[in-house]
Amino acid sequence: MKMKISTKDLDFYYGDVQALRNISLDIKEGQITALIGPSGCGKSTFLRVLNRMNDTVPKTRCRGQVLLDGKDINYNGTDCVELRKRVGMVFQQPNPFPKSIFENVAYGPKILGMRNKEQLREIVQKSLRAVALWDEVKDNLDKSGLALSGGQQQRLCIARVLAVEPEVLLMDEPCSALDPIATLKIEDLMQELKEEYTIVIVTHNMQQAARVSQWTCFFLMGELVEYGPTSRIFTNPEDQRTKDYISGRFG
Amino acid sequence: MHISRHFVDRVVKHIMLALATLSLLILVLIALYIFREAWPAFKELGLSVFDDKWYPSREAYGIMTMIVGTIVSTTLALFFAVPLSIGCALFLAEVAPPQVAQVARPAVELLVGIPSVVYGMVGVVFLSPIIADISGQGSGSSVLAAGIVLAIMILPTVTSISEDGLRAVPRAYKDASLALGATRWQTIWHVLLPAARSSIVAAVILGLGRAIGETMAMMMVIGNSPQFPHSIFDSARTLTGNIAAEIAHATGLHADVLWACGALLFIMVLGLNTLGILAYRGKIGLPWSRGKSAKGRVS
Amino acid sequence: MMGICGVSLPLFIVIYVIAQGLPAINWDFFTSEPAGGLSGDGGISSVIITTLWLVGATLVVTVPLGIGAAIYLAEYARDTWRTEIVRRGVELLAGIPSIVFGLFGLAIFVQVFDLGLSIISGSLTLACLLLPFMIRSTEEAMRSVPRSHREASLALGATRWQMVRSVVLPSALPGIITGIILCAGGAVAESACLYVVMGGSAEMPGTPLDGGRSLAVHIFYLINETNALDKAMATGAVLMVFVLVLNIATRFLSWQYRARVGGKK
Repeated sequence: MKMKISTKDLDFYYGDVQALRNISLDIKEGQITALIGPSGCGKSTFLRVLNRMNDTVPKTRCRGQVLLDGKDINYNGTDCVELRKRVGMVFQQPNPFPKSIFENVAYGPKILGMRNKEQLREIVQKSLRAVALWDEVKDNLDKSGLALSGGQQQRLCIARVLAVEPEVLLMDEPCSALDPIATLKIEDLMQELKEEYTIVIVTHNMQQAARVSQWTCFFLMGELVEYGPTSRIFTNPEDQRTKDYISGRFG
Repeated sequence: MHISRHFVDRVVKHIMLALATLSLLILVLIALYIFREAWPAFKELGLSVFDDKWYPSREAYGIMTMIVGTIVSTTLALFFAVPLSIGCALFLAEVAPPQVAQVARPAVELLVGIPSVVYGMVGVVFLSPIIADISGQGSGSSVLAAGIVLAIMILPTVTSISEDGLRAVPRAYKDASLALGATRWQTIWHVLLPAARSSIVAAVILGLGRAIGETMAMMMVIGNSPQFPHSIFDSARTLTGNIAAEIAHATGLHADVLWACGALLFIMVLGLNTLGILAYRGKIGLPWSRGKSAKGRVS
Repeated sequence: MMGICGVSLPLFIVIYVIAQGLPAINWDFFTSEPAGGLSGDGGISSVIITTLWLVGATLVVTVPLGIGAAIYLAEYARDTWRTEIVRRGVELLAGIPSIVFGLFGLAIFVQVFDLGLSIISGSLTLACLLLPFMIRSTEEAMRSVPRSHREASLALGATRWQMVRSVVLPSALPGIITGIILCAGGAVAESACLYVVMGGSAEMPGTPLDGGRSLAVHIFYLINETNALDKAMATGAVLMVFVLVLNIATRFLSWQYRARVGGKK
C-alpha cells in the first residue's frame, strides 16, 4: 500500500513548550486514518502540521521531515499555498463564509484562478453532490451559508474543500459540534470519499474511530504511543497505555 | 498562474507596509519640523523665551504668560469636569434605569462629536455676559469662562470612557461586596471605582489632552491677552491661541517662537501619552474604540 | 443628580444653539454668500461648498492610506519591536493638537509644496490629522472578523492577500464604512488647523487651489469679526445637524452589522 504522507522524527514546539515528540508515522493512501488520544495530547497539532496551518500561529517551531508523496514539505521553501490545495482541512466548528452557498463552494476554485462561470457551476454542483447536499440546496444556492443547520454547514465546508480537488482530507473533530444524526451522515460520507481521497481524522470519540477508520494512531502527551490497523488497536492493543485509554481508564 | 498570485501577494504586502509606516513618517516629520523651526527661538532667546513679557513688536518674546494661561484653564476644566464626568458615568453605569441609560449613552457619544467652535460660540454669547455681570469687570472673557467651556467640552469624552470602564468591572466584584453587607455607595466607592481606576485615569488623561490642545474655543472666550491671570475673572491667552492668533502675520524670530509654542505643546502631549500608557499597562485594548476618538478631536 | 447634570449640560448647549440659530435659517441663508463686513450679511452657500470639497478631498486621501496601513497592521505585521514603534507612532499622532498640525501643514503643504492657502492644503493637513483614526477604526473592524474564517480561507490554499481581500475585508466592510463616516465627521468639526492653512476667504471656491472657510471656521469668523450672532448660531445649528446625521448613520450601520454577525452564532 502506498504511503501518502510520512513523518519522520517530528518535533513541534509552541514557544518553549514541546507539544510533539519524535512522531514517525505513515498515512496510507486511500485509507482513513484516525488520530485518537485524550485532550491536549497533540493530535490536532499534528494534523495541522500536515498542511502547515500551524504557520499562522506565532512562535511555533517544527522540526523533522513531513513527506507528501515522498517530498518533504516541512522546510522553509515549501509553497504552503500550493500545499493547502493538495491537502485540505475541515475544522471542528463549521465555519462557512458569510456568503451564499454557491460562493462558499466556488471560493476555492475562484482563488485558484477559475473564472469561467460554466465551469464554476459544474464544480459547485459536483462538490455539493459529493456531500449529499445538492438536492437539499439546489434551489437555494443564493441563500447564505450561515442559514443552514449545523450538520448542513459542516457538509458545506466539506464541499468547499472538495471543490479544490485535494488529494488528502484532514478532518479535525468534524462531528464534535454536531448532533448524532448529522454525525452519522458525515461518517457515511467519509466512507464514500475514501475511495478517492486519503483521509486523516482527529476524533475524541473512540467509537467513531472504530467505526470509520482502517488505521488508528494513539497519541499521549505529545508522543505516538501506538499505531496500527484499527481492528487490532481496539481489540488487542500492544501498549498498556493504549489498553487503559481504550478501556476508558482515563481520557 | 501561481506565480502571479504570489507576486501579487508580495507586492501588496510591501505597499501596505509603506502605508503603515506613513503615519510614523508624518509623526517624525512633524517632530523634525517643529524642533527645527523652534530651535532658532531657543538659540537666540535662550531662557528668556520663558519670560513673561510678550510684545512681538518690541521683540519681547516671553511665553510664560501663555504657559500659565494653558495650565490655569485646563486645571479649572479638570476641576469642573472630572467630578461631573465620573458622577455621570456612575449614573449611567449603575444608577440609571436601563431605558434611560439606553438613550443617554448614545446621546453622550453623540456629544463627543460636537465641534469645539460651537462650544466657544455659546461660551461667548451666553456665558461671558453672565461672568461679566458676576465679576463686574470687562466682557467676561476670562480663564473662568475658558475653564467652564473646556469642562463642558471634555465632559462627554471623559464620561464615555469612564463609563465603559465601570461597566467592564466584573459583576462578581459587586456581588461579593454586596453579599458582605456593604451598601450600594460603599460598594461603588470601595470596589467599583478602584477597579475601574485605570479606565478613569485614561479617560481623564484623554480629556486633559483635548483641553490642552483646544484652540478656537479658547480664542473666543479667554480674552487673548498675554498677561498673567491674577484672578479667575482675568483674561489670559493659551499656547494654542497664541499660535493661531499670530502665525498668519509672523515672520522671522516671531514665527520661530510660535513654533516653539508648538514644540512645547508637542512635548506636553508626548508626556501625557506616556503617562497614559503607564496608567493603562496591563489592560487589553485601547480606550479609544468604536470611533469615539475620531470625534474627540481638538480644534 | 450629578449624572443628569453631566449629560444635560452639553445637551443644553446643543439645544441652545439650535434654538438661537433657527430663526436665521431660511432658503436665502443657504444660497447666498457671506457678504463680510461688520453686519455679517449673507448666507453660507460658499462655505457649504468649501466644506463639501474639503471633506471629499480629505476622504479621498485619508481612506485609502488609512485602510492600507490598517490592513498591514492587522494582517501582515508580526509582533516585533518594529511594529510596536509604528503603533506607538500612530497613537502619538492621534493626540497631537490640531493647531500643531496647522503649523505643520503651513510649513509643508502651503510653503514647501507651494500649494498656498487652499482647500488642498486643508485636506492634506486634515488627512495627516485624521489618519490615525481611520487606521484605528479599520483595524478594529478587521480584528472583529473571526479567526475561523481566516483559517478556512488559508486552508483552501488562498494567499494572504486573497484571504484579506475575499474574506476579511467584505466582513469588515460595515465597520470600515463607519470609520469613514466618522472621519468625515471629524473633518467637518475641525477648525484650528484649517484656520491656519486655508486662508479666510468667504468666497465661492473656483478650484481646489482656492482658499476658503469650512463651516466650523466660518462660525469663528462670524463671532470674531461681525456681530451677526444669529448667523453664527444658524451656522452652528447647520453644523450640528450635520454631525447628528453622520452619527445616526454610523449607529444604523453598526446595528446592521451586529445583526449580521449575530446570525453566525
